[in-house]
Amino acid sequence: MEILVCVKRVPDTSENEIELNRAGNDIERDELVYSINEPDNYAVEEALQIAAKTGGKVSVVTVGTEEDEEVLRREMAMGATHGILLADLAFEGSDGRGIASILKACVEKGSYDLILTGVQAEDGAAQVGGMLAAMLDYPFASLVTSIEVLAEKKLKITREIEGGNREVSEIDLPCVLSIQTGINEPRYVGMKGIRAVQSIPIATYSGPDLGLNSAQVGTAAAKVTRLDYFVPVLGKGARFLGGTREENAQEVVELVAAKGGLK
Amino acid sequence: MPRIFAYIAHKNGVLDDSAAELAAAAKKIDRGTAVTAIILGAGPALDAACTEAERVYPELWKVSGESFSYPNAELIRQALMKIVPEGSITLIAHDHFGIDLAPGLSIKLNAAFVPDVTSMQPLQADSLQVVRQEFGGQVSAHVRCDVSSGAVITIRPGAFNTGEVPAAAGKVVDKSAEVGMLSAGRRYLETIAAETSDVDITKHAILVSVGRGIQEKDNVAIAEELAESLGAAVSCSRPVVDAKWLQKSRQVGSSGKTVKPKVYLACGISGAFQHLAGIKGNPFIIAINKNPKAPIFQVADVGIVDDVLEFLPELTSKVQELRAVAAK
Amino acid sequence: MEGLSTAPQLASWLFPGQVLFWAVHILGVLCFVYIVVRRLTPLMRAESDLRFDRPLLRLKNVLKYWVGQWKHPRYKLAGVLHILIFAGFLVLALRAFTVLIVGVWYDFVMPGLSGAVGRAYETITDYAATVVFFCMIFAIVRRVVFKPARYEVPAKFGKARKADAIFLLCLIAALMLADSLFEATRAAALAQSDTAQSRAYLSLPWLLQVVVMQAPSATIGAFCFAGYFAHQLAFYFLLGYRPFGIQFHVETSLFNVYFAKLDREKLKPVRWGVSESQLEQVKSFGVKTFEDFTWKHMLDFYSCADCGRCSDNCPSHASGRPLSPRFLSIKARDYAFQHYPMFGKAGNGQALVGSIYSEDEIWSCTTCGACEAECPLLIEYIDKIVDLRRGLIDNGNVPQSLQKPLKALESRGNPYGKMEKKRADWALAPTFQPACPVKRLDKEPGANTLYFVDSMTSFDDRMQSIAQSTARILDHARDDFGILGAAEKDSGHEARRFGEELLFFALRDHNTEAIQAADVKRIVTADPHAYNALKHDYENLPPVEHISQVLARELRAGKLDFTPADRDQVFTFHDPCYLGRHNDVYDDPRDVLDAIPGLKRVEMKRSRDRSFCCGGGGLMLFYEPKEEERMGVKRVRMAAEAGANVIVTACPFCMANLEDAVKVAGLEGEMSVIDLTELVDRQIARPAPAGASKVQKIPQECVIGR
Repeated sequence: MEILVCVKRVPDTSENEIELNRAGNDIERDELVYSINEPDNYAVEEALQIAAKTGGKVSVVTVGTEEDEEVLRREMAMGATHGILLADLAFEGSDGRGIASILKACVEKGSYDLILTGVQAEDGAAQVGGMLAAMLDYPFASLVTSIEVLAEKKLKITREIEGGNREVSEIDLPCVLSIQTGINEPRYVGMKGIRAVQSIPIATYSGPDLGLNSAQVGTAAAKVTRLDYFVPVLGKGARFLGGTREENAQEVVELVAAKGGLK
Repeated sequence: MPRIFAYIAHKNGVLDDSAAELAAAAKKIDRGTAVTAIILGAGPALDAACTEAERVYPELWKVSGESFSYPNAELIRQALMKIVPEGSITLIAHDHFGIDLAPGLSIKLNAAFVPDVTSMQPLQADSLQVVRQEFGGQVSAHVRCDVSSGAVITIRPGAFNTGEVPAAAGKVVDKSAEVGMLSAGRRYLETIAAETSDVDITKHAILVSVGRGIQEKDNVAIAEELAESLGAAVSCSRPVVDAKWLQKSRQVGSSGKTVKPKVYLACGISGAFQHLAGIKGNPFIIAINKNPKAPIFQVADVGIVDDVLEFLPELTSKVQELRAVAAK
Repeated sequence: MEGLSTAPQLASWLFPGQVLFWAVHILGVLCFVYIVVRRLTPLMRAESDLRFDRPLLRLKNVLKYWVGQWKHPRYKLAGVLHILIFAGFLVLALRAFTVLIVGVWYDFVMPGLSGAVGRAYETITDYAATVVFFCMIFAIVRRVVFKPARYEVPAKFGKARKADAIFLLCLIAALMLADSLFEATRAAALAQSDTAQSRAYLSLPWLLQVVVMQAPSATIGAFCFAGYFAHQLAFYFLLGYRPFGIQFHVETSLFNVYFAKLDREKLKPVRWGVSESQLEQVKSFGVKTFEDFTWKHMLDFYSCADCGRCSDNCPSHASGRPLSPRFLSIKARDYAFQHYPMFGKAGNGQALVGSIYSEDEIWSCTTCGACEAECPLLIEYIDKIVDLRRGLIDNGNVPQSLQKPLKALESRGNPYGKMEKKRADWALAPTFQPACPVKRLDKEPGANTLYFVDSMTSFDDRMQSIAQSTARILDHARDDFGILGAAEKDSGHEARRFGEELLFFALRDHNTEAIQAADVKRIVTADPHAYNALKHDYENLPPVEHISQVLARELRAGKLDFTPADRDQVFTFHDPCYLGRHNDVYDDPRDVLDAIPGLKRVEMKRSRDRSFCCGGGGLMLFYEPKEEERMGVKRVRMAAEAGANVIVTACPFCMANLEDAVKVAGLEGEMSVIDLTELVDRQIARPAPAGASKVQKIPQECVIGR
């Protein structure tokens, strides 16, 4: 099974404190550490596990610049065979639909049975996977937490829905799936693995290579534009307790008793 | 002014909370436009849902069919493609279903797409300005959307106040014939209910809820001690379940349980919206977190900036003191 | 020994057996050679190990540990028993060979053992055989009746081998008996031919001689033949059987001790003989299959005597983790026996982790070194664990709990993922900075001392107090010191020991460059892991010391005065593994404590090189082991048992584990933990600033934000 995984290089949000920059038009990116979008990493691991069982190769693709090659290499160090970079100045300013168009062109250059993305990235949009599927006219499922390969070009998938319940469906190949974290336990990628793939060539395609023009991608084609970043003026919010730890604990106990009724 | 549609989700004939929220959101886009609800389903459940929706929406488009007895986003997308006019604005709740349905729908309708919107400005010509959050809620962004060829917008659950939506007597239009027979590359098989454990967090009046701030599995015991002293239960946010420190049955949030306690102690929880989405009924929220800028302090009633690993044991001993006094 | 020709009956009693004896000799030797060659096969396929250097030093080790049985008395009873048996074997060696040869060459006399020397030797060996015999009886009784706990084999590790052990003990006893019988009958024969020969008084041969003397000549002859043959059979049977079990250590121990690792403090490189710059050519790192071990490690497996001393002292094992060093060796040995059989093809190349070892077993080790400190055969464990971990890392097989901190080390230079620029924030705390400004060598190089803080002490809210105390101590000593600040990255000590060798190189190279740029004459640290790394894992650095060594030296120079200690407190010093056992720093911290007037100090039973690991440092703090009771909890209970209510330690990881353990053990209020630097900082007699009270007491909570 030939699998393509769409990945994105994002700021590592776990310990990064995201703050506005001085100009107030973007976040402060100077001290940010970037890494692969976590759900995308789970998607690559899932792809590798499926490919190991069915035979076939895993390719990873991203839309970006040379800076983004490092996440492609990291996933190749994990086991992906091919890395593809879709880079062109004309791509800048693309909205979700623009990105999906670029990825669609890349999919059509190859021949893939399964396309995976992570469920969402740092912008919380969760859009590219669904858009890509619609453009390709492939079936789609989001928030996938388990994949089982059935015979005859079909998969049995499980989606995460409310209340911790799981929705089980059957889906035809080729299809697009967006992968939720926790689907598997991604393998470790050590420095040795990363070094080993440092010099493997990464296929790079520009707009013309993909047959795209400015009506489809980039700022001009974008219907959705982010104007700025801001931190909203906070509403009242919580009343902060200011005493010593003991005093605070005492007050909390009294509040809990008053509001909840200690039994 | 483009037409505004709202996709209404329902379960067993009961409307999701989002139904009323979408109506309120539509009002934000344009006070004057009558928003049309679209409901798909089958049998008595559909009828019951329509009856409820009629009270909120002036017009209702109903599509009935066996294939819609379970909401399969792939089929529903095709149905909507057939009936939603070009250039319309379609509102959908940003939940598990909305994530599945909406992005692809925007492509098929050739409309713009803006997901997970928390507030909107009134539509001006072809430009709609909204607010979204990024980076797990740490920053917000103003986003402008060109709706000249329509838009699909997903609405963050709970972000739009439903208070001011007036009652309406809805007109029902049956669109089933226009939709006709559909088939999709994805077929629903079954739903597996979440595992229950010995503790049902939805039944407790006081919850001691832990997040990543608890730092390691062994520290969950600190929360359990406090819960025991309070007669409460321990619940948690998603990262705690992902790290396998607690079972999934303890997770509060959009992909976990919905709880309605009287008191909610958020310990070391940052306050991501997916977690907050699981807290209903407006409980008294006490938040303890080392980071004074954590989003949880926005929604909490009382906040303490402290290390949960130090504060909780102190709290436990105070509770025990109180009990000792009360016992005398 | 006199030739037998003086006792014609003796020769004639043995003569009919000559062919038989020849046959047994040839068969026995051939079997033994064949067995040894088969046992050597895996060693031929093993990785290389450079162990042929410094022969004099190696011989010295042989004298100390093999001949001198240096480690054995650590377990008094078993130790004495073994020393007696071992001495007996050495002493009896020549006699044994002589007896063997005599059966086919009657006149044989061992060169150098004729005449008076020979007779003296006979006496000594008579007693030696007796002692060995009774030691065997004692050992059997001990196994059967007293059943020492460390010999037990928990079900998860395989079958118990008690029957086999007792069988071997019986065999050796039989060997002694047979030998004694032969000597007894020979003495009886010689007595009959008028040359008075008596065995050593009250020895086993003597007893037997007394018995057989009564019998008619033909009977004595039969016993002689029987004794001889039994001896020969027992000898060759043991010779051939030993390589099939733990008794192989009889043959291999000499080599194992000779080839033992000389530089214990240096971790094994990925491949011996492959320099760092050549590492790219190595396709697979670490030990994945049995053949990835070096020949010396395989020899270790053969040499394990299954004595259980290592596991008995292993803190992981005591906590109920799946690790037991003893079984690490025995399982590998059994693997070798199974896959390199006596007959048939050698089957190799099977993955070890997942078959004989579990992943948890390998990750459970804190590298405390207690096992290596105990092992009488000088078997090495840490290198093997690190090599196995290298293999797991190479395969991407790492628990999720460890992946995050490893990734953070790579991207941010500390396992917490915190921002580099905040590394020196502890020095900026408003309650600390004004009184004790700390130089930043990354901004302005040039100082006498570099205080290498390392990640835990820099970032952890609780441990920052150690940094501040250390800085104040250096300040009090009027030392011109500074820190690297944001230029400092994690020392990489644990990254290396968890198998991420390349990540360690990256951290090491970065730090080395930063340290060299800082232009300092010496390095001081309060973190024993950093100390160990800078001292042994790094190169081309100025001399490194632990703060306790600095303090001890100040003390000896008379430059340190203390205020009296709290009379209600009883202190005990917990030896951090990487300060004590790995670096032999035991006395300096104790000298410092004892210099505090009125300080009451007790020693825990397990102290110094028997110290019990707190739970591990560095990355071990992130690992989630499956265990019954935490090491730290056991340790604080040991402190309570010793009568202490304050544990003093000299390591931030020990501090974290033990403070946590005090809570888990329910000893809050009864036991507290303090770092040596914090205690010293509190007790240093400082000249009072004008207007202040006599002794300036530094508040104990000098942490950011508090």
